[in-house]
Order: sequence, then C-alpha cells, then structure tokens
Amino acid sequence: MKEYTITVFSENNIGLLNEVTIVFSRRKINIESLTVSESEVKGVSRYTIVVFSDEKKIENVVRQLEKIIGVFKALYFKAEEIVHQEVALFKIANSPKLNGNLEALIRRQNAKILTVNPDFLVIERVGYKAENQELFNELEQYGVLQFARSGRVAVSCQKKEFTSYLKELSH
Amino acid sequence: METAAKAENIKEMNNTGETLSGAEILVRSLIQEGVDTMFGYIGGAIMPVYDALYDYQKELKHYMSRHEQGATHSAQAYARLTKKPGVCFTTSGPGATNLLTGLADAYLDSTPMVVITGQVPSGLLGSDAFQETNMVGLSMPVTKWNFQITKVEEIAEVMAKAFYIARTGRPGPVLIDITKDAQVQKAEYKYERCKGIRSYQPVPKLNMDEILAAAELINSAKKPMILAGQGILLSGAEQELMEFAEKIQTPVACTLLGLSSFPTDHPLYVGMLGMHGNYGPNMNTNQCDVLIAIGMRFDDRVTGDTSKYAKQAKIVHIDIDRSEHNKNISVDVPVLADAKQALTELNKVVSGSEREEWMQSFKDYYQLEYEKVIEKQTHSSRERINMAEVIDCLSEKTNGEAVLCTDVGQHQMTSARYYKFKNPNTQVTSGGLGTMGFGMPAAIGAQIADPNATVVSVSGDGGFQMTIQELAVIRQYKLPVKSIVLNNSFLGMVRQWQDLFFEQRFSYTEMDNPDFVKIVEGYGIKAKRVSKREELQDAIQEMIDFPGAFFLEVVVETESNVLPMIAPGAAVSEMRLE
Repeated sequence: MKEYTITVFSENNIGLLNEVTIVFSRRKINIESLTVSESEVKGVSRYTIVVFSDEKKIENVVRQLEKIIGVFKALYFKAEEIVHQEVALFKIANSPKLNGNLEALIRRQNAKILTVNPDFLVIERVGYKAENQELFNELEQYGVLQFARSGRVAVSCQKKEFTSYLKELSH
Repeated sequence: METAAKAENIKEMNNTGETLSGAEILVRSLIQEGVDTMFGYIGGAIMPVYDALYDYQKELKHYMSRHEQGATHSAQAYARLTKKPGVCFTTSGPGATNLLTGLADAYLDSTPMVVITGQVPSGLLGSDAFQETNMVGLSMPVTKWNFQITKVEEIAEVMAKAFYIARTGRPGPVLIDITKDAQVQKAEYKYERCKGIRSYQPVPKLNMDEILAAAELINSAKKPMILAGQGILLSGAEQELMEFAEKIQTPVACTLLGLSSFPTDHPLYVGMLGMHGNYGPNMNTNQCDVLIAIGMRFDDRVTGDTSKYAKQAKIVHIDIDRSEHNKNISVDVPVLADAKQALTELNKVVSGSEREEWMQSFKDYYQLEYEKVIEKQTHSSRERINMAEVIDCLSEKTNGEAVLCTDVGQHQMTSARYYKFKNPNTQVTSGGLGTMGFGMPAAIGAQIADPNATVVSVSGDGGFQMTIQELAVIRQYKLPVKSIVLNNSFLGMVRQWQDLFFEQRFSYTEMDNPDFVKIVEGYGIKAKRVSKREELQDAIQEMIDFPGAFFLEVVVETESNVLPMIAPGAAVSEMRLE
C-alpha cells in the first residue's frame, strides 16, 4: 500500500461529491483527506483526494471516476509527482505566560499569528501534515484550545495543465 | 402518410410559448424523444403525470405492471429489442425502491432506460414525509446518471439529457426523480434535444494507431480466437463481426449476453464462453495466441481464475468504455471504440487464411463434450425429462427463431447452451446481476416490442414465483407470450453447488411448489403440465401453435447438473466435463 493523491475535475453539481466518494467506499478504500474547491476554471471543482492503496486499484478507481457524468478528468499521482501542502490553525488561550518563547517557536516553525485578542490567539501554519503535527506537539505546553487542519491541496509536476484538457473537451 | 401526420403532430407539440403543467411537459418530452410505449405503476406522488398521460393515450401506450420490479424488467427487454430506452414510471417510496433491482440489472447489462419516479413535494424533502425515500442517493451506484427535478423549468432540459445519456456511448439506466409540486407547476414549454454534455464523451474518437496495432497482432496470429460480447448487439455490428471473422478465418465464441450476435449455425461459431459454456472455447482460451475480445468485459464468470487466464495469448480488447480496459484482465492492445466502428476499420486492414488444425481442435473438444454431456442430456435415458431435452426440442420447433427470455439458474444456462440462436438480439437474459424473476416480465416487454415474434420465457420454479404476478399483464393486454417453467422442485443451480461443493448438504433449496397450472389458469391463461418424455414434443408444438398466451410446466429431473462447468476459482482450462 502506497500513498496516492488523486485529482478530479468536475462540474459543481449537487450530488457529485457523493458519486465520487462511492467509487472509493465501494472498494473499501478509506479517504485520508479530501479537499474540494473551485478550480482555475469558473464552475469547475477541483478535488484533491489522498488515499493509501495499490496502483492497480487506483488505476481502476481513476477510470471509474472519469466515467461519472459531470467529471471531466481524474488523475493520480505518487508522492514525488506533486507539490502539496496543508493549512493548520491553532487556537491558544492568551495569558501572560505566553512570553518570548512562543514567538521564537512561531518564527522557527515558519508559522504566523493571524489574530490576537485578550482571550486567545490564532496561529497559522502551512506545510506538510507531519510538520503541522510537530507544531501542535510543541504548542501543547501552552494549551491548545482548538487545532484544525485542512485537507491536502496539491499541484502536479506534469506538463499538461487542466485548462488544456478542458479546451480539448470543448472542441 | 401516418408517419408524416405523426411527425407533424410532434412538431406541433414542440411549439413554443405554450404554458403547460410540469406533468404535461414531461409527457410531451417523452413523445419528443420518440417514446410510444412505457411501463409502470401509479401511486400518490406520480398522480399528476398519470393524469396527463390520460390525455395522450393515442401517442403513449402505458402498460401497467403488477409490481414495479416487473415493470423494469419489461422495460429492459423492450429496450434490448428496440434499442430505444425503456421507460418506466413509478411513485415515490416503495414504488421507487422496488425499481432498484431492475436498475442494478440494467446497469450491469448496459441496458438503456429512463426511469421516472414521483417524489414528495419539494418543501417536504428531508422531512421523512409519507412515502419519501432518497431515490437519488439510493440509485446513485446503479444508474449511469440521476437527477432530482424540483422546479418545473428544469423538466424539458433534464429529460433531454436523460435520454441522451441513456442511449449514447455504453448505454445504461437513468433515474429522474420529480417532486409532486414540479409536476403541477406551470411553465412555458420548449423542447430541445440534447446534443452533447461537456463532461461526457459517449463516442470515443477512434485512434488509428490502436487499430493498426490490433491488426498487426491479428494478421500475424496462428491461433486467434474472437470473443463476442453484447457490445456487438448494442452497436449493431453483427454483419461487421461476420465479415471480420470470415476475413481472418477465426473461430467466434460468445459471452452469455453476446449470444445471438453470431449465428450458431455458422462454421466459425464455436459456442459459449464461461462457467457453463462450451468446452472448446474455454479450453482453447488457454491455447490461443491472440484473443480478440469485442464488446465484453471479462466478467469473472467468463475468466475463472484471472491469474491463469489466457496467459500465453496477446489480448486485443475493443470496448467503448475505457474503464473496462485492464480492469479485470491486462490487455496488450486496448482499442477504445464502438464495436461497429472498430470492426469497420479493422476489416480494411486484416486478413487470414484457413486454419484447419486450429478449427479441428474446437471440433475435437466439441466431440468430447458431445459424448460426455450433450448426448446424455438431450437423449437422456433417465426416467425424468432433462432440461436440455426441452430446450433442444424448443429450438428445433421454433427453428431457432424465437425470442428467448430466460430467468436465472440451471434453465438459463441450459437455454444458453442448447438454443440455436439464428437472429441477432433474440436472447434476453439477466447476465451481470443474475436476477431471479427476470424472465417472464422480460418476455412481456419483448412481446410488446415485437408483437409478431414468437416470444418464449423459460424460467425455473423458483424464479417464476418471484414475479408470478406479472401474469396479470399478459392477461390484461392479451399478449401471446409463451411461458415455460422447468420444474425440478429445487433451486436447481444452488442445489448443484451444494451437490458439488457443499457435500450434498441441501440447505433450504427444496421447494414445495403450488399447482402452477391452476394458478396460471386463474389468470385466464391456457396452461398445461407434462412430465412424460413422450408428451413433450406435442406439448411444445401445441404451445407454439396456440394463438394466445400459453403456459407449459415441464417436470424435470432434480438430480441433473449443468455441465460442463468451471468450478469457482478454477481456470478456464480446468473445466470439468463430469
């Protein structure tokens, strides 16, 4: 079992997310992370799905995804074929105890403070899942009130861009 | 004249500017799409549509089933024979959930259908209202596309899309769920047929490199073999297949659903593939050097153990659905194309000469199968009639020209093995899903599709009782459907597995059956039972000659197994003759 990142481009229609996830659940493939948002083309959604599976299965999954009416294109990538990141937000109680140590940690971790108010502050970090986890571990001593992280977003290293697929389709 | 008048009528119906109810827009949409026949069952949430149908009885003939599942199977058979989407109407809730088996069946067997289910008013969606079920959610895994209409303005466009999707590319079922308020709201009617959807490419652009790569393999083959699937029938490529096979002098084997795509009396025809297929084509799958699979999907019932399937051969796989390539079997040359299109191009560039020795090996295998199985079954010396005797006799007496609708089980495999199909599209069966209860309602749809054909349903005593209520449809519409029940008082195929693989522990397969003749007579249908061999020929003849519906129960041997057989998990070349 290896990690694969699947990118799907689809119409922004009700129910399509359900159709996409059924393809995975039917084969008992767990979705580790899922991000859906509008792509560079208006009205077209971009899904980034992270799963652990084997390549043969994923090849089939991708073809089944492309079969869904409403899906333009589905592609899969191995870890080395993409550049990817996740966003993490940390909410920490504001107290006088938060001294310079925290600032140093934030700088060292390439994180930033988004909001500060008398009750709490919010720290943002963009990075790999493991890196964000590491920051969480280090912040725990200050008391983390909330920790939220996004799913993965990824762009591929391949040369052919999605807009060119879409152009091909409209011809 | 009549057609011209009809066309004029339709044109008129398409005029714009008229304000109509959603129900009437829906009905007009059907007429626009060339629908003249439909199946269904009324209920609360679809009543406005049925009310509109009342005004269009001349244009649209609606056949009322006795259970929604029956309606779907009738519509499926209608679709397979006419190649037009089968249309079904049902209400919400239980009416709609009763369709799911038919949808799943049609999805696996690539049958075009447009199914319309009523739904509770949009304001009640999600409130667990009376007879509310989430049909879009439920049907998603078993439809090619589905959509819920909640506004009258959506109807015309969605219907156009539904028909376009159902019939193009690899056909399949589409479900449209329409809320009751959308059926009664009014809107301006304007219909435009769908010409394309940007995220859906039904007809792949033929890649000539693939054709040439396939031709190169085919032209250098010494022992090639053609596997013909339902794709041949769906694309109407029967002539192209014959030209192809004759050009390259290559034996043709059919999948279960591919039966009747190639005449069984053709010298290059070598039989059926798969678990209960013929011995030769299965054994030689692991002997051939090039396997040319057309419009088939390497189902596990065809391949047996995939790790021992045609390992020695180069495989060419022609299919319109890209997701079928390399799904079950890794292929050397995938050709993404409609079967007819691919074969037309291939026929320009392929050639071959007679392969006497190779053909002889099929004949030798057939001889062995004949001695070990066929002769014993068609000329049984046992007391009870064998199923094979019935099908053999039926085949002879109908000259292989009937439309045969079968259920699922031993009788289905026996029908597939022994009926000598002459004409394309004359077998209707449930292949992928294996739906018991499919056969008789399918025969209803087939008879409606082709009123002059001799349509025979063959069922077992188990399956027949799953949709027995559809006899009322035969009665109500005076359909001359012939129904045969091969009664062995067992769920025969399961019994066979218990016999072979479960140490003869016949767990819950024996059936204490009702008096079928009495039941059928209760529906006002002529019925007869035979149990003696010497009565069989005459009874079948009487059934065929009878001018109306006829039911024939044949009491058959219980202990007989369908052979040869590839045991589950075994390789095709490990097929057993006894």
